Amino acid sequence: MLIQNGIPTAEDLMKVMPSEERLRRGPAAIAECFQCIPCNPCAKACPFGAITVEPDINQTPVIDYDKCVGCRQCVAACPGLAIFVVDLTYKEDMASVTLPFEFLPVPEKGMLAMGLSRAGEELGWFEVIQVKQGRGHNLTWMITLAVPKDLAMDVRNIKVGGYRHA
Amino acid sequence: MIREIEIFVIGGGPAGLSAALAAASTGAHVLLCERDEEPGGQLVKQTHKFFGSEKQYAGERGIFIAKKLAEEAYQQENIEILTEATVLGIYEDGIVTVLKDGKHLKFHPRKIIVSTGAAEKFLAFPNNDLPGIYGAGAVQTLMNVSGIKPAERVVMVGAGNIGLIVSYQLLQAGVEVACVVEAAPRIGGYLVHASKLARAGVPIKTGWTVKEAYGNGKLEGVILVQLDENWAPIPGTEVDVPCDTLCLAVGLTPLSDLLFQADCHMEYVRELSGSVPVTDENLMTSVEGIYACGDVSGIEEASSAMVEGRLAGFAAAASLGYDVERASREVASARAELDELRSGPMGARIRAGLEKVNEKRGEATC
Amino acid sequence: MRIEQHPILQFDRGEKVTFLFNGQPVEGYTSETIAAALHAAGIRELSHSPNLDRPRGLFCAIGNCSSCVMTVDGEPNVRICITKVRPGMIVQEQHGKGVVTP
Repeated sequence: MLIQNGIPTAEDLMKVMPSEERLRRGPAAIAECFQCIPCNPCAKACPFGAITVEPDINQTPVIDYDKCVGCRQCVAACPGLAIFVVDLTYKEDMASVTLPFEFLPVPEKGMLAMGLSRAGEELGWFEVIQVKQGRGHNLTWMITLAVPKDLAMDVRNIKVGGYRHA
Repeated sequence: MIREIEIFVIGGGPAGLSAALAAASTGAHVLLCERDEEPGGQLVKQTHKFFGSEKQYAGERGIFIAKKLAEEAYQQENIEILTEATVLGIYEDGIVTVLKDGKHLKFHPRKIIVSTGAAEKFLAFPNNDLPGIYGAGAVQTLMNVSGIKPAERVVMVGAGNIGLIVSYQLLQAGVEVACVVEAAPRIGGYLVHASKLARAGVPIKTGWTVKEAYGNGKLEGVILVQLDENWAPIPGTEVDVPCDTLCLAVGLTPLSDLLFQADCHMEYVRELSGSVPVTDENLMTSVEGIYACGDVSGIEEASSAMVEGRLAGFAAAASLGYDVERASREVASARAELDELRSGPMGARIRAGLEKVNEKRGEATC
Repeated sequence: MRIEQHPILQFDRGEKVTFLFNGQPVEGYTSETIAAALHAAGIRELSHSPNLDRPRGLFCAIGNCSSCVMTVDGEPNVRICITKVRPGMIVQEQHGKGVVTP
């Protein structure tokens, strides 16, 4: 359970998942933020006004999936590194997952990285399709992986240094 | 020689720097006294991004907030910063004494703002004095300030924000974190910090504690034990975890010695993690002209420490007649910010603690 | 060991200097405290409890707790966690409460 080991349950995740219909339309941000803490940089970072933290900063973010285009601005902005972008339309049989990353070394685009679950379990080797770093003082990298569609809601980290050339 | 000072700020952490900047912005003259080489307090080792809202620099990493506040303070003409200077005492005649370069300096301030912060708590268990057992903040200082890899394999005790954040930072420094143990049945820190560790494969063991440490002249491992619902060790659950380092992140306690010495009305408030001064709505203690802000008045977050500093700084300046109208507006807006930061479920403990402090107002010191 | 690369931080260590610890030369940098330089050299036993003489290490690293006191250039009870290294300084482990020589 999340409060005991930091691993969100399926029930926790249900509350923040966009609908399947929405996921079929294109990339979407998922805020895996389940606790009311005073924090709102995600709402400030969204250029489309899709994220709201209302009526006060202690609420969890609410994402308006009609406005969210999956632009990834919120991924590096979230101080809790709790926002991921999933694109089920990346390829016919593949999805992409963008996750925040703050370790060295950073994998290079085109390499394979060992993907990890929310509990740190190894899920397999996945191609790194984009590597970007947050601007200025942000410094958080955003790593995008191509993963099989059935793992799009499971891959949430990569193993530090667990990289190899394809 | 005794120097006359308008506002004397003791401690250049997030609260003290914010207090100095607020007071100086009204035109008041401030002397900021910092025992370290540079102001910044414990912000200088906070590599993670802060929570809160824009007004408390949310999204910015603590290290950059420290730099920004310190630079602003150095640029402000009416702030004088005395570094490597330790305040020794606040005396009955209002004289503050400072140790700097082996010399004893004396000051006579009109207002004093105490923002001395906090110290790490310790935990009792057999062999807790072995080299290799540190406060989590010490390990954070070694790796994030000095750039030293402080350990090979760490067991972290405490799943509050400090335990969770330092564990993550240990991973960033290339150190293995064997596990985080927390005696309480629940994680006390922010769950987003816990999830960062979980997905890096670090187990968080709630309902577990350290039974004993062992090692010949230095730490070689710890015996962990599971606790039942009454916090009693469950026999037979002991596990031996080899490690060269044990970090204690079992809470902070206010560094309030100077306030005791100045004869401020102090009360022990469990929710605020120690003995804290009874303050009024301007953060002034029971001693006229002495204010307290930040962790010394109750353990909380750096974001609220900065707002408290601003509140005390403006209040002290206004009491000297500086820019009273604006200062009063700023005091009111700082109060509103604090209310907002503390209004969520994570603020419940602080709210309960502050309520206890408020009830003590006006009561005689025992 | 010193951290060579870090995802968030860059370390400006200053100049390399040598000081003596218990008579042996130890390398450090001018930005480092004695405690940091000793840790980089793998030395974590820093002091001894005054009565039972049990080994002690660093606890707070910010000058609060006195778990790391040593004799530095003849001065006892120096908190080495907040004292920077200087070239040629003589640092010695201390047993007991230290003796002040006028």
